[in-house]
Amino acid sequence: MKISLNWLNDYVNLSAVETLTPRVFAEAMTMSGTKVEGYEDLSERLSNIVVGKLLSVVPHPDSDHMVICQVDVSGERPLQIVTGAQNVKEGDLVPVCLNGARLPDGKTIKTGKLRGVVSEGMLCSLGELGLTVRDFPYAIEDGIFILQEECKPGDDIRDVLHMRDILVDFELTFNRPDCLSYIGIAREAAATFHLPMTLKEPTVPANNNGETVEQMLSVEVKNPVLCPRYTARAVKNVKIAPSPLWMRTKLRNAGIRPINNIVDITNYVMLEYGQPMHAFDAQMIQSGRIVVRNAAEGESITTLDGNEHPLTTDMLCIADGDKPVALAGVMGGLNSEITESTATVIFESANFARESIRKTSRAVNLRTDSSSRYEKGLPPCNTLPAVQRACELVLELGAGEVVDGIIDICNTDIGNRTIPFDWKRVNALLGTELTAAEMAELLRPLEVVWDGKDSLTVPPFRADLIETADIAEDVVRLYGFDKIEATRFRGEATQGGETPEQKFRTQIDRTMTGLGYNELCTYSFVSPKELDQIRIPADSPLREQLTIRNPLGEDTSVMRTHALPSVLRVAAYNLSHRVKSAKFYENAMLYAKEGEMSRESRTLCFAFYGEGDFYALKGDVNALFTALDVRDYVYTAETETPYFHPGRCAKITVGDVCIGTIGQVHPTVCQAFDIDVPVYAALLPDEALYSVVAAEKKYRPLPVFQSMERDLALLCDEGLEAGTLCGLIRSYAGKSLEDAFVFDVYKGKGIPEGKKSVAVRLVFRLQDRTMTDEEADNGVRKVLKKLESENGIQLRG
Amino acid sequence: MKEQLEKIRSLAAEAISRAADEQTLEEARIRFLGKKGELTAILRGMGNVPPEERPTVGALVNTVRTHIEEALHERFEQLKASSMERKLRAETIDVTLPAPEKRVGRLHPITQTRNRMAEIFTGMGFEIAEGPEVESSYNNFDALNAPADHPSRDETDTFYFSEQVLLRTQTSPVQIRAMVGKTPPIRIISPGRVYRNDVADATHSPMFHQCEGLVIDKGITMGDLKGTLDAFAKAMFGERTRIRFRPHNFPFTEPSAEVDVSCFVCGGKGCRLCKGEGWIEILGAGMVHPNVLRAGGIDPEVYSGFAFGMGIERVAMTMYGIDDLRLMFENDARFLGQF
Repeated sequence: MKISLNWLNDYVNLSAVETLTPRVFAEAMTMSGTKVEGYEDLSERLSNIVVGKLLSVVPHPDSDHMVICQVDVSGERPLQIVTGAQNVKEGDLVPVCLNGARLPDGKTIKTGKLRGVVSEGMLCSLGELGLTVRDFPYAIEDGIFILQEECKPGDDIRDVLHMRDILVDFELTFNRPDCLSYIGIAREAAATFHLPMTLKEPTVPANNNGETVEQMLSVEVKNPVLCPRYTARAVKNVKIAPSPLWMRTKLRNAGIRPINNIVDITNYVMLEYGQPMHAFDAQMIQSGRIVVRNAAEGESITTLDGNEHPLTTDMLCIADGDKPVALAGVMGGLNSEITESTATVIFESANFARESIRKTSRAVNLRTDSSSRYEKGLPPCNTLPAVQRACELVLELGAGEVVDGIIDICNTDIGNRTIPFDWKRVNALLGTELTAAEMAELLRPLEVVWDGKDSLTVPPFRADLIETADIAEDVVRLYGFDKIEATRFRGEATQGGETPEQKFRTQIDRTMTGLGYNELCTYSFVSPKELDQIRIPADSPLREQLTIRNPLGEDTSVMRTHALPSVLRVAAYNLSHRVKSAKFYENAMLYAKEGEMSRESRTLCFAFYGEGDFYALKGDVNALFTALDVRDYVYTAETETPYFHPGRCAKITVGDVCIGTIGQVHPTVCQAFDIDVPVYAALLPDEALYSVVAAEKKYRPLPVFQSMERDLALLCDEGLEAGTLCGLIRSYAGKSLEDAFVFDVYKGKGIPEGKKSVAVRLVFRLQDRTMTDEEADNGVRKVLKKLESENGIQLRG
Repeated sequence: MKEQLEKIRSLAAEAISRAADEQTLEEARIRFLGKKGELTAILRGMGNVPPEERPTVGALVNTVRTHIEEALHERFEQLKASSMERKLRAETIDVTLPAPEKRVGRLHPITQTRNRMAEIFTGMGFEIAEGPEVESSYNNFDALNAPADHPSRDETDTFYFSEQVLLRTQTSPVQIRAMVGKTPPIRIISPGRVYRNDVADATHSPMFHQCEGLVIDKGITMGDLKGTLDAFAKAMFGERTRIRFRPHNFPFTEPSAEVDVSCFVCGGKGCRLCKGEGWIEILGAGMVHPNVLRAGGIDPEVYSGFAFGMGIERVAMTMYGIDDLRLMFENDARFLGQF
């Protein structure tokens, strides 16, 4: 909410505070709980514009539509200014831009020549000063602004037109709708600066002529839940006219366009009290009846802005005996608008349920000053003072005669409330040592009153004050957070730190970065098409995804059930940005649909492109397993994983547990992501991996006796996997074989078609003595014999 | 005899010092000490020496032999060292040539910032609590005392799966989960992903990370909150950091505050980073609202607590000087490699 400091001064005498700059004001208000977003010095919108008196006006020799004016601006000599305006004459007082003047639209005016004649400035129109004919009704829209204000040449136009003010922008919190008003802000300013607040209760003297509003109007509230209070008064013999200058100035500086006296009064009261008001033309209210009710099926209303809105039955409207005349709390109807010919006005000052206004305003896509206030939940206590204030202003402005009597239908509690005051608990929450009296003194300017014992009386506009914590909030903000001593909590010690699972993830992070992979952070919501891109079958459970009802777009509309697409998208992004090779990983959260909710688990996905091959990937996986203490894992060829190359993919198992799949990403999948280089990727679900981490580390004695090594070149079928071959060797060799691994594979010259030569190293070791050469040779013979007889594998000749 | 020995000694010394390589040196050794060497010849001729002189001559021969041996050894070491020196010089490489690339990966800047926060708080005895990102609207809003018509519940603010299920907009539901069924003291932080219905731009992202904290015990005060955040700010941003509490309103805390830290670039004088304010808004905090304690099954008459929260990206961006939030989720390798 934007607040003019000049206007605010009506209620709290801030000018009494020495050294009060806008910055100091903003800072102090912010620190006492009414946050200032910023402020604007309105006088800085323009500069170097003064009053000038036209000494002479003569036609321009070379133009039939321009004139040359000699202008007295109270300088050393008159200025010569050329203007195209037709409405100026000798003796007029006008706003004059001097050389270097700045206008509100940012334009600067410099001395120049117009058709060969020097012009030392510019005469201004209303529009050029950022004004309209509403602000100065005696002026004309097109042409120079001929001033009728009390002024003389050389006067600064900002003083003459009352443009010196500071506009402070407050960011108000949800719990303080009472601050959406000058009075509310003034109350906070008074409490902040320890100043008295001057607020006069509005008075409207009675006519006692026997005529009352009840004779003109009946009001029926059919839905007291959506309309807890409805207050109305009538004004007759209305004379629609512009408001006086003081009111126009206040509204203008506060950012509201003046319209006419009645409309201006409703806006003025809305800003002053925070209570939206509506003015109806009484003539348009059929049969003198106002009915506050839900809209009927099929009804519609054309609002003041000229738009027609079909209404639904959950919308509250103000109707006359026949049709809706206003969309409650949002906007009035065109059919009951105040016009130049309006003779009798009904002022409505009502309270509406915030939720209903919010929904209606959204539904008809209409946000007004009124609706945005109502949807914050206004205090119902204000309807009466607000309507009284409007009537008081009517009398002050001579805008009409106030009809005796007030209609006030109230179905809600509007009195003060009493709440318990546990001041010791307030101290306990804050860590302060204030007395009850000191707290009461802080709260007093907020109209929260201590009974001297154990309760507080709370004004009706502070619905947010309910219990001790709420009181503590008001105490601490006015006492000052900076006065609270910083302490460290005591009490029973807690261990803190990471759980074993969290430590496991930290170990993954350390190892993956150590292996050269950059960690990624990708969105959890993805496009449902990603599963097509990685060739997931239509009947896969991965297709059961949680779908966001209101996504930003299809690309971010479902929760991901697979980690690979996110990483591939990053690879594609980097390739398109000329990053020729990269290694990435993400320990990605996946969201499996489980009823309405999700089962969330992580899968470690890492990948590289532009370097390496399957075995480089396998090496990294093995290194990770070592770092995580995953042992006894087995790789087996896997052909059925849809997103991996069927001939370059392996499943990894530990016992019965599958702990992941690795491979070259299927070329079709790469293509779907616009990736034109091979990508190798590993997918290791955290839970499976964590389940096979060796429970404890135990020391094994270092070998005492030397090992014996024997290398064999074996001629096998081309399709025989190294893993299978080593498995066979292990099973044939017996306990003395410590290890057997393949160190070379050869195909080509000297090897028959369909065969390959596999070089295997066998490592023998005994636990109790050094093995002899002969024993090792015997071991090898045993293995070879079995390989030949059982599997037809021979030593290469 | 003596003269002869003296001569051999001087000849040997000369030959040894002149030897330019191991081969020549070996020849010198053979010439003087070899089986047919000159010194050996003298020893052989000892028979001609009168017996009474033999010990003197013998001692003299030994002295000369020792001298020659030492000289040989010394020269040998010299030759070895210089030949090694030559060999090494010949092996000189260009150390300014590039090395084969060894990649070292980096943790994402969000993770690094999160880890730094987690280290500081775990050091103070906080545990790291985690919870689901797909949450019930009860845990995300109702239990956290958000009014039924609070704007944060709007579809324009929150992603929904259904009326009752949503993507958490804050990590605070973890606090509710941490409270239910537990007896204080509770000291947790809950770093994690959160979601808001915002189009991605330089300062907004539909997904980002928060780190929230919660302490509940008997006798916890606002002063304790200040002390905890002061210690955190000093550890995170430097020993000279100060903090400032500004009153605010959040549904789940009462009293509530926004917390600024003194600008760690200018120290509070005002600069580009802090937009001349001297302060950078980092945290929201406050005393846990009694309704939230009740929702967590904790009696607000017995216990009190404080909670705080901050955006990890925001902290990371200010600390690293990142000016566009989208960079965090584009995952350009050239970006990731910088941290």
